[in-house]
Amino acid sequence: MAAEPNFHPGLHRWSMVLAFCTLLLVVAGGTVTSRDAGLSVPDWPLSYGKIMPPMEGGILYEHGHRMIATMVGLFTIVSMVWLFRVEKRRWLRILGVIALLAVIAQGVLGGLTVLLLLPWYISSAHASLAQLFFSTTVAITLFTSSWWLRGPALTDEDPRYPVRGLSLAAPFCVLGQLALGAAARHKAIGSIYHICGAPIVTGVVLWISLRILLHYAGNRELRSAAVALTGITFCQVFLGIAAYMTRIAYADAVQPMPLMVTFTVLHVAVGALTMAASVSLAILVRRNLIAAEVSYPALAVAK
Amino acid sequence: MPVIDMSSNPQCERQHPAPQRAEVVVVNPNGTLKNVFVWIKSGLAPAHWAPPAEPARLDQHGCVYQPHVLGIMKDQRLEILNSDPVNHNVHAESVTNPAWNESQPPRAEHKFKQFDTQEVLFPVTCSVHPWMRSYVGVSPHPFFAVTGDDGSFTLQGVPPGTYTIEAVHEKYGRKEGNVTVTPGGAATLEFTYGS
Ligand SMILES: [Cu+2]
Repeated sequence: MAAEPNFHPGLHRWSMVLAFCTLLLVVAGGTVTSRDAGLSVPDWPLSYGKIMPPMEGGILYEHGHRMIATMVGLFTIVSMVWLFRVEKRRWLRILGVIALLAVIAQGVLGGLTVLLLLPWYISSAHASLAQLFFSTTVAITLFTSSWWLRGPALTDEDPRYPVRGLSLAAPFCVLGQLALGAAARHKAIGSIYHICGAPIVTGVVLWISLRILLHYAGNRELRSAAVALTGITFCQVFLGIAAYMTRIAYADAVQPMPLMVTFTVLHVAVGALTMAASVSLAILVRRNLIAAEVSYPALAVAK
Repeated sequence: MPVIDMSSNPQCERQHPAPQRAEVVVVNPNGTLKNVFVWIKSGLAPAHWAPPAEPARLDQHGCVYQPHVLGIMKDQRLEILNSDPVNHNVHAESVTNPAWNESQPPRAEHKFKQFDTQEVLFPVTCSVHPWMRSYVGVSPHPFFAVTGDDGSFTLQGVPPGTYTIEAVHEKYGRKEGNVTVTPGGAATLEFTYGS
C-alpha cells in the first residue's frame, strides 16, 4: 500500500503517547480526589516550597499528579510544535493550539482549586475539562493516523434512519453526565442526579449504537466504533454501580478505603474512555455517512 | 471504632505501640461518651468576656491530633504544634471564620491562629494523613467544656440564670437541655445519645 503523502508515523505515535499519558493523568487526578489528598500540598506551583517534596502519605498522590500533569503539559507543547512543523491541515494545527490552551487552563484550574481550598465549581470544572482534553488527544490521534488519511469509507445515510444529527447527542449527554458526576464528587449536589442520568445516557448511547448496528453495519468503521462505545459504556455502568456500593459499605469508615478508591478511580478513567469513544463515533459518523441532502446538486443554483 | 491503617506511613505507625483506633466515637468504660463539646448556647446576659492570655494547644503527635476535640474562646490564640518527624498540612475547615490550609514541616515553628467569630465545631484536618481529623469549637464566652474519660463536663463560674446548654458530637450531632443556676448553687444536666 502506498504511503499517504501527509502521514507522519512519528507524529501519530507521539499522539498516541500523549493520549495514553493523559489517561494516566486522569487516573492520577481521580486518585487525588478519592484519597482526599487534594490539600495535602497547600502551596502551588511549588510543593512545600520545593520542586520535589518528600513523597509521603497524601503528598505522594497530590505531587505525583502535579508531576504527571507537568509531563503531559510538556508533551502537549511538543505535539503542537510537531503539528506546526509537518501538518498541512490548518484545522488540525489549530486543534493542536486548542489542546495546548486547554492543558494550560487545566493547570491553572488545578492550582487555583488548591489555593482556594477546593471550591466545588473549580474542582468540577477541572474534572470536566480533563475529560474534554483527553477526548481532544484521542481525536488528534485519530486525525494523524494513516487510516484516517486514506479517506472515509462512504455510505449514504438512509433518510428513514438518520444518525448524523443523533450521533452528536452522545458526546453532549456523556459530558453532561461527567459534569454531574464531578459535581457530586466535589459535594455540590447529591449523587442522585448522576445516578438518574446514568440510564438516560446509557439509553442514548444504545439508541445510536443499535441504529448503526442495525442499519449501517456494512460500514466496518462505524460498526467497530459503535461496538466499542457500547462495550465501554457497559463497563462504565458496572463500575458505577460497584463504586456506589463500596461507598455505601464504607459509610462509617475512615480513610484509607482501598476498594472504594479503586472502583471510583476506574469509573472516572472509563468515563474518560466513554467520552472519547462517543466523540470518535460522532466524528466517524459525520465523516462516513453522506447526508441525504447532499444528493441534490441543484441547491447550488442561485435564484 | 476501626483501627486506623497507617501502614502507608511507617513513621506514623512506628509511634504507636498499640494500633491507633479512630476517635469518631469513643465510649468510656462507664458507658459515657468522650469528646462531646458542651457549651452555653444561650441565656447569658450580654457581656464581654476577655479571652485567656494562655493559648489553647493542638498537637500533631503520632499522626493524630491531641486533643481530638478542642474548645477555644473567640480571639484566644490557638497554638499548633507538630511533634512528628513528618510533614502535615493543617486545614481549618471553618465556615463562619475564614478557612485556611497551611503546611507544617517537622520541627517547624509553632503556628499561632485566632478565630474572631463564634463557631461551634468545625473540623481541622490533614490530607497528608487522611484519617487525621479534629474538631474545634469557638465560644464567645468561657463556659464550655469537652467530655473526657468519665464523660462528665463542668462549666465553672456561670452567673445565676436560666440557660440553654448544647452538647455537640461529631457523629451523633447536637442535643439541647435547659438548666437554672441559683446564686452560689450548682446545677446538673445529663445528655443521652443513642436509641
Ligand atoms: Cu498529617
